[in-house]
Amino acid sequence: MVAIIDYGVGNLFSLKSSFEFLGESVIVTNDSKKISDSDRIILPGVGAFGDAAKKLNDSKMAELVLEQAKKGKPILGICLGMQLLFEKSFEYGQHSGLSLIPGSVRPLRDIVDPSLDIPHIGWNSLSFPKHCELFKYINEGDYVYFVHSFYGADCENYVTAYTDYSVKVTAAVAYDNVFGTQFHPEKSGNVGLKILKAFCEVRS
Amino acid sequence: MITKRIIPCLDVKDSRVVKGVNFEGLNDVSSPVELAEYYSSNGADELVFYDITASFEQRALFTDILKQVAKTIFIPLTVGGGINELSDFERVLSCGADKVSVNSGAIRNPSLVYEAAKRYGDQCVVLSADIKRVNGTFHVFAKGGREDTGMEAIDWIHRCVESGAGEVVVNSIDTDGVKGGFDIEMLQAVLAAVKVPVIASGGAGKAEDFVTLFKSLPQISAGLAASVFHFGEVKIPELKKLLIKNQIPARII
Repeated sequence: MVAIIDYGVGNLFSLKSSFEFLGESVIVTNDSKKISDSDRIILPGVGAFGDAAKKLNDSKMAELVLEQAKKGKPILGICLGMQLLFEKSFEYGQHSGLSLIPGSVRPLRDIVDPSLDIPHIGWNSLSFPKHCELFKYINEGDYVYFVHSFYGADCENYVTAYTDYSVKVTAAVAYDNVFGTQFHPEKSGNVGLKILKAFCEVRS
Repeated sequence: MITKRIIPCLDVKDSRVVKGVNFEGLNDVSSPVELAEYYSSNGADELVFYDITASFEQRALFTDILKQVAKTIFIPLTVGGGINELSDFERVLSCGADKVSVNSGAIRNPSLVYEAAKRYGDQCVVLSADIKRVNGTFHVFAKGGREDTGMEAIDWIHRCVESGAGEVVVNSIDTDGVKGGFDIEMLQAVLAAVKVPVIASGGAGKAEDFVTLFKSLPQISAGLAASVFHFGEVKIPELKKLLIKNQIPARII
């Protein structure tokens, strides 16, 4: 069973549908027991870091995710959900994250060519600095769908995929059983479905 | 490298795609679900569904269709048409839309873009503007291009982006339906004013028009069209190959 954590952030319809499409049993929930009983956890998120971090804390989901991560359960943070895995974010002030992966979240505007649009929206290709089991069914150069204005910084040792937006931008990270993708696998066509399938095969 | 997006737009009424389409291998050419699958598997980078129904009952049918589409295809979906208040955002987002396109609703209610961006994030709010030249200046038109608002278009777009619109669709009424190519001059004026992705709409008649668009305006993010795709005048896999041949980055699946 895949548990998609519902803490009031973002649109979870497609995420749920993509696991159903893969034939996986999936629930969207904020019930601690159901999340504890699940085999793997998705931490979704769109919007602003500060808001989302507050909701995650207020709903006690932050504690639960930390506890589950410690037990070795596979966890995948998507988009803002990936950013929440880091120690802190500099999006409109400074906010604390879950600190499951060393690193911080900073504005893309500070690093990309000033002529490029922010947010970074659209299909961009992946390169793999190291092996990651999430990508066992896809190839370097495959395209995935991004929508973001902030990026994972100071996390070089944990980056499992980069994308190129005038500079190398963190596209995915992993630390033991904790994974994150900046892009949306649930919006990345067959390539994205293959990544979610691989996540469903990660052993805890 | 980020690719240029190719986006077919489907008008939906009474749970059917209007503007008859003619594709080989499709049994029901006006089924939104079948067409969405067809476009998705042929390399469309995103789909726009435009709700052109008027009544409350039909609107419920539209959201049912949207759910079915969102359960079957996994590329970004934008929904437009009949978006007048925050509850309309909620209605389509809960059925699987990723982005919501506002047009007349934002003209009637200037705080709609701001309120929606605050609640759902900038990435969710797409400003769609129908623009036409009036006495040498660009005017915003409302009600599907039928009513001149008198507002200067570039200023309007700039204000909406400041309020939180994360993308802008520029639909040139002057080139729409003419099939003589996109409105490069109008698009250039918009690109000079905003730093969010701009999507060109109105005027595509053949694959080469997309090449001209992206070559003339390297900052344009995407090209949107309806009938040239529906009638098969432009086939997306061939279009993508042509783009790549012209050194324009495109996603081949």
